[in-house]
Formats: sequence, structure tokens, C-alpha cells
Amino acid sequence: MSQLEIKDLHVSIGEKAIVKGFSLTINSGEVHAIMGPNGTGKSTLSKAIAGHPDYTITGGDVLLDGRSILAMQPDERARAGLFLAFQYPSEIPGVTIANFLRAAVQARMAEGEELDATGYYKRLYSKMDLLKIDRKFTSRAVNDGFSGGEKKRCEILQMAMLEPKFALMDETDSGLDIDALRIVAEGVNAMRGGTLGILMITHYQRLLDYIVPDHVHVMWDGRIVKSGDKSLALELEAKGYDWVKQELAKA
Amino acid sequence: MSAVPDTHSSSDFTQERFAAHLANRSDLPAWWLEAKKAAWNQYLALPLPARTDERWRFSNLKGIDLAGFVLPGQPAPHTPHLPDFPRVAELTFSNRQITARTALPADLREQGVIFAPLDEALREHGDLVRRYFRKHPVALGSEKFVELNTAFCSTGALLYVPRGVEIALPFVVEHTLAGDHMATFPHTLVILEDQAKATLVEFFVSTETETAHFVSGVNDLHASAGAHLTYVGVQNWSDATQAFHSNSIAAGRDARVFSLNLHLGGRQARHESHSRLLAPGAHSEMLALTVAHGTQEFDQRTLQTHAAPHTSSNLLYKNVLLDQARTIFSGLIVVEPDAQKTDAYQSNRNLMLSEAAEANSLPGLEIEANDVRCTHGATTARIDPDQQFYLEARGITPQHAHELLVFGFFEEILDKLTDDHLHAALTRFIQSKFKS
Repeated sequence: MSQLEIKDLHVSIGEKAIVKGFSLTINSGEVHAIMGPNGTGKSTLSKAIAGHPDYTITGGDVLLDGRSILAMQPDERARAGLFLAFQYPSEIPGVTIANFLRAAVQARMAEGEELDATGYYKRLYSKMDLLKIDRKFTSRAVNDGFSGGEKKRCEILQMAMLEPKFALMDETDSGLDIDALRIVAEGVNAMRGGTLGILMITHYQRLLDYIVPDHVHVMWDGRIVKSGDKSLALELEAKGYDWVKQELAKA
Repeated sequence: MSAVPDTHSSSDFTQERFAAHLANRSDLPAWWLEAKKAAWNQYLALPLPARTDERWRFSNLKGIDLAGFVLPGQPAPHTPHLPDFPRVAELTFSNRQITARTALPADLREQGVIFAPLDEALREHGDLVRRYFRKHPVALGSEKFVELNTAFCSTGALLYVPRGVEIALPFVVEHTLAGDHMATFPHTLVILEDQAKATLVEFFVSTETETAHFVSGVNDLHASAGAHLTYVGVQNWSDATQAFHSNSIAAGRDARVFSLNLHLGGRQARHESHSRLLAPGAHSEMLALTVAHGTQEFDQRTLQTHAAPHTSSNLLYKNVLLDQARTIFSGLIVVEPDAQKTDAYQSNRNLMLSEAAEANSLPGLEIEANDVRCTHGATTARIDPDQQFYLEARGITPQHAHELLVFGFFEEILDKLTDDHLHAALTRFIQSKFKS
């Protein structure tokens, strides 16, 4: 059992405070959805946890299995078991998916340990089949010229290969048509039920029809203002974010 | 470093030494000896590059100095480690002597393929060499050094492939130089007859990194109608070398020439490359990769001459700059009045890995036909921090992520090599340079 504990986290970009006292604990096997309007700090939260250098953590802590990760570099956090599925994955011309993933897998191996190439490709191909990604993709450059759907499937492929303890999925549904969304959701659902914990950031309820969360949280102005089960997402869908705003005003 | 011998006070490029060099080659054809004499006189008559010469703009002219350089007497005591990949045959030169060669496969010999050291080619196939040797004039600025090359050249190779003969594996020529203040003048001639297909890979290497060398190298590449010629040059001279390489490409009807030059070594390394598209359907792919470090200066001058209609050329020169290194790229596309439907492209891209490095880019066009497509461009960029973060977010260390991105930058060019073994070997070679 693993645990990701976000404690009263404050994050700034430059001088501007974006995340303002965010707290949440995710256990292995749980799927938490964070919903909220644009500009409320959802993406900032995920990138700050992953260690993006543009985001400054000004208060609070993030603990993985009780150990703070804030002093760790982005690559160390990833190797410790965190995975960020990007909203806008970078295009990396000249670096093939096969080489990129091999570098990422090798980075997790002990010094002197040799990668079993046959086993690696076998595993890669089985994950690709699951995500309906053509095997020719392995020789294509990472995200280079990919469609929106291809990029998101490529993110899930990486997640499947790297087997993180916790995945932060940032607007994985954005830019996807319904078929692509279904494929991505199937890929994620196939990883559920084990030890993987997921923090799923989304603007829309639509994704949650396919990846049903255990917990739903509404984020507003940099913190969680409401938590519930999957019915909260449906309620939000029906009433809109203005409802949350009014609730907050009353409080 | 060892004590500087007395011979260093004056160079070998004197009338006396030239006469001695000629006297040693009295077994070679008379026309060749005459050509050498003429070249020597031209060398003496031509001035050193001057600041007023536009073709030397941005170059460090003070760095050009022939004083003290001599012709080596003995082969190098050892050969440097070079990339290994399958090859059809190989010629190895060390300090201006042939030190090893592998036999040409019998079937190729029977088909009339020639792969021979220059002196042997002159003795046995003199007329062939005469027909193609410096057939096209040099125009990019290094005339004086090309004349010096002709005057003193004794090493280099002739690759001749008769009509319709296709050879998949590459031919390899290695030039090694050892010893302080040594000079060398390699000259390689590649002639592909109609519909022939072949690849030549040439290495220029020093055995030590600190010894000073002077090099003037020349290549003449000729592809007749429908021929496919691939040339790969790997330059890894010592960090104290002054190198001038001149590359001439002539493509006939429907011929395709692919040239890739890898520039790694030298204190001051100039590479001139001139493609001539001589008949309809001719195509020249001109590629270069440079890793510039320390205080190295890489000076690249190119010319794409479209002399016939329906010809195409595509130039892509990529530089990675570290430390206080400098690069100069000056490229010109010339479309002659008759060369309608020309399709020409020229691009220079610089990846700056240091604040103190300097990349100069001078792209140019001269178009005298009206129905053409010519584009050129130059970009200078740094490592994209978002790309770097993306890789690190997958657990890849910052250093390895950096390396992947730099090689990704190169890969656009290396990926054009159709020979996978050569591709892999060259990638490893650049990697090893990068880590040193």
C-alpha cells in the first residue's frame, strides 16, 4: 500500500499565488477526480507535484509514503513512482518512442543491470495493442506530428510501461473525440484494480462516464471546496459551476 | 609535449621541398607532374585569404598559418579507434602512406569496379583520373589551399563504378595523421557511371587530440545519368588542426547525390561544398552535422548551382555549439537563366548549448530564372525547457534528457542514412565525442 499525501499546498507562478492550501490524501487503488472551472489551479497543482521548475511551492508539503518529495528533482520524483500525464505533451523530434521509453525504463533499473530487450518489446507491444496503437509508432518521434488523440494514447502507453504508484492525469480528455476517449479510458481502466492511485483532473464530467472515480472533489480558487462520490460530478454537470460559487458565497 | 624539432622553424612548402616531392613521383604520368607544377605555381601566386574577400567574412584569418608544418616521414605508430560497420573494401592511409587495404571482392573487380590509392590509380588508370580530376573549378574561397593540395597530394583514393553496377555496402577510406606539425593533402575522386550506385565513407582523424596539423583535403564526386552516389565524410582532426576541405559534387541527368559531412575536430576547420546540378532530374542532398566545442571555429561555405531545368537540391546544415565555439554558415543558391522549375532548399539550424558560443549564418539566393521554387532559412535555438521537463518527468536524468534532445536534433539528418549499421556506428561515434 502506498499513499500520496498533499498537505496544505501553496503554489505560485512568479509572484502570483495559484494553489492556496490544497489538501488531499490518495491511497493505492483509489481514483480521485478533481473538477473545477478553468484557471482554478488544477494544472498548476499537477505540474507542481511533478516538479516543474516554473512553479514555486511556497507552503505545505507533498508526501509519498510519508516522505516529502519537495526536495527531489523531477526525474527523481518520477522514479519514486509519480507520473504526470500531460495536458499538452511536448513534441520531441528525432527521439523515437522506442528509445525514449527504453531510456525511461532503464532509468529505473539498478546500476549495471541490463535491459532485457526481448521482454521489453514484448511488454511494449502488448500495451500498444491494448491502446490500439500501431506498432509502427515505436519508430516515430515522440508526439512529433501526432494528432491530439495519438498524443493522449501515447501518454497512457508511457504510464502503462512505467507502472507508477500514482498518476496525475491532467485533462486527459481534452482534445479527444468520443472514440479516442473510449480507447484511453479502456487503457486506464485496465490499470485499475491494482495498486495504482489516480488523481484525474478534468473540466468536464464526460471523462468520468468512462473512468468512474471513487471520489470527486471540486477545486475553486486554488483549493478543494467540496468533496463527494461520483454523484457530485453529476450534480455539478446538472447545476454548473455557478452552483458551487453560490454555495461558497452562502458559507 | 615533446621539444619542437628544428624543422619547425620553416615549413616544407618551399620550392626545394616541392621539387623533392616531384622527384619522388617520377614514375607517375607526365600530365600529372605537369599539373602539380602548375598547381604549385598557382599556390605561390595566389594570396592568402584577405579580409576584403566576402567569401571569408567572419573567418578568423589570423588563425591561418602554414609556418612550421612539414610532411610526415613515417606512418603513425597506432591507429585511432574508428566506428565499425559492414563495408565492401577499405583503404587506410597513415601519415601520407598507405598502410592497409582490403581486396576488392572478385565479382566487383570483374565488373570493372576500381577502388585504389591515388598513386596506383594514376599509374594504372591515368586517363580516367585525368578526365575527372578537378574537372570543375573551385569557387568558394579556398583556391590557394586546393592548389597546395594538388601540388602535394599523394594519398587519397579513386572509386570508379561502371555503368549499371550497384554496390550496397560502403567503401571506406581512412586518413590518419600523427605527430606534431604534420601536414597532409588527401584527394579522393569518386566516379559513378550511368545507373551505378555506391557509397563511400571517408574518415579524417588524428591519433592525438593536442598535436597541431595542417590539412587541405579535396573531394571530387561525379554522378552520371541515373547514378546514386552517397558520400559520408567524418572529420575528427585534433583540436589544434587547421583544416581546409573542399568538396565538389557534379550530378548528371536524374542522378542523385547524397553527401553528409560530420564535423567534429579541428581548431579552425573550413568546409566548402559546391553542388552542380548539370542536367534535368539531377538532385543533390547536402547534409552536415557539427559539434563545436571549446574555442573551435567551424567555417562552412556552400553553393548550390542549378545549371539545368528541373533540378533540385536540399541543404540542411545543423550545428551544436558548446563552450566558446564559433560557427559560420554561408550558403548560396544560384539558379542559372535556363534552370526553370528548379526546386532548391537551404537551411542552417544552430542549437546553442552555451551562452558564450557564437553562430553566424549568411544564407543567400541568386535567381536568374523566373519559374522556380527556392527557400532558405536559418534558425538559432536553445534546448526547449518544456521538452527537457517532459523527459525528466518520465524519470530520465537531466543529463541523459539533454543528450537525447541533442541527438534528437541530429537525428533528422542521421535518419536520412539508409544504411542502418552506418547510422548506428556514426551515432555511437558522435556520442563518444560528446562525452569526452
